[in-house]
Amino acid sequence: MRSLIQTLKAKKIVISDGAIGTILQARGLQPGECPELWNITHRSEILTMAKEYIEAGSDMILTNSFGANSLKLKHFGLQDRVAELNRVAAQIAREAAGDDHLVFGSIGPTGVIIMMGDVSEEEIYDGYFVQTKALKEGGVDGICVETMSAIDEAAIAIRAARDATGLEVACTFTFEKTLNNEYRTMMGVTPEEMVKAVKAAGANIIGTNCGNGIELMIEIVKEIRKVDNITPVIVHSNAGKPIVKEGRTIFPETPEFMASKIKELIEAGANIVGGCCGTTPEHIKAIAKVVKSLR
Amino acid sequence: MEELLEKIGQCVEKGKVNKSAPYPKDMAGQDGADELAQQALSIGITPDAILKACNDAMQRIGERFGRNEVFVPELLMSAKAMHAVMAHLKPFFKSGNVKRKGKFILGTVAGDLHDIGKNLVAMVIEGNGWEVIDLGVDVKTPKFLEAIQQNPGSAVGLSTLLTTTMVNMAKTVQEIKEKFPTTKVIVGGAPLTYDAAIKMGADAYSPDPQGAVEFLNKACLST
Repeated sequence: MRSLIQTLKAKKIVISDGAIGTILQARGLQPGECPELWNITHRSEILTMAKEYIEAGSDMILTNSFGANSLKLKHFGLQDRVAELNRVAAQIAREAAGDDHLVFGSIGPTGVIIMMGDVSEEEIYDGYFVQTKALKEGGVDGICVETMSAIDEAAIAIRAARDATGLEVACTFTFEKTLNNEYRTMMGVTPEEMVKAVKAAGANIIGTNCGNGIELMIEIVKEIRKVDNITPVIVHSNAGKPIVKEGRTIFPETPEFMASKIKELIEAGANIVGGCCGTTPEHIKAIAKVVKSLR
Repeated sequence: MEELLEKIGQCVEKGKVNKSAPYPKDMAGQDGADELAQQALSIGITPDAILKACNDAMQRIGERFGRNEVFVPELLMSAKAMHAVMAHLKPFFKSGNVKRKGKFILGTVAGDLHDIGKNLVAMVIEGNGWEVIDLGVDVKTPKFLEAIQQNPGSAVGLSTLLTTTMVNMAKTVQEIKEKFPTTKVIVGGAPLTYDAAIKMGADAYSPDPQGAVEFLNKACLST
């Protein structure tokens, strides 16, 4: 088993990977199709993507399992295949990563707002437990709880991941800038509240993902660092806010632009850097070049 | 009477559903929207007056949401409190004693399974006195067209969270506009901007539920 925290000590800055969804869409994943089913139906595409990120310079890659929880898979009638889809997701990433790169199992929100009381906390915990246990069986080194906006759901996911795997757990929230120039999640959570809550739940690595571009991520990292100077911070930034041009969705931030902001992101306090929606192996290549020059 | 209506409005605005509800903490143990609506009807306050108190309260919370002063949890709790009141008013809607402003057909576009944003919009618009016909998620164009056919004069709202499904949204908007040129269409969702919305042929875009309410009240209430 490889440790992200140990890797960080050795490398000082760790390079993560870029988007999965964006790449799969470019390769033909249709809206309304289940991306995680591609682990079975398009195994070679998933493996190729993972290898491309490793070749681009990623020290760690994530699994194609973001939405592979029972509540989300229910939409596709795949709720009985949670363990299988996650296990295979991890196996593919491991195959690409080999022994000297890290694999973190991606787990995303269920889409359920817990405070509405429609789904019990136990059911959500059990779902994440099954998902993360299967990711471990498939060979991940840790779990990355991503794109969270609610503290209660994130805390349940972290606890389930720790209980099921005993591995390192990273947790990232998605913040937007409000009209009052604060950063908040959709559920109103500030970076400061996030830091307290996810550390209390047992996360080893904290951070932010998705969002509206790398410049805002720098600001969010500064907010996190105001209240925490010790915990490793991971950032997976979107390539800006998407625009539609001639029927196609375009993310405006180029590899060069994102790479030009990486130094500032690291100076703000980020330790592990990678991309989210709209980023590609080209983005990671450009980012890796900067990171390597800073090490 | 006025005092009771004011209290109902407060419960809706603060998200106090009923007496046993733990939220919000500073109203623990007090009667909530549920009990107060029942009391109001029992002493002869008209359903219309109760509905107006709710609408005003939802308007206030919707505006605060639009100003980023409150967030999704507060809005959801207000909607839940409003629903508790609505349960008591349902018989009056059915009998036609209380009328709604109009119909609003709403759905998340084809290929997109996200419903939180759409549900928030549905709650706020319903809270403003409109009848909401919620078509759910992953709604393909024919389903929108069928719903418009069955509910002439309705306005339509389309939601999307995904960048990939913005394209489907544009197609649906165009088909609606082709078949029903006078139908008002409003779109919303995280990846959208005003420009993108207008480009795809929608009549309006709103980044928040209250904006949708304001558009409906302005554009679709001719009488």
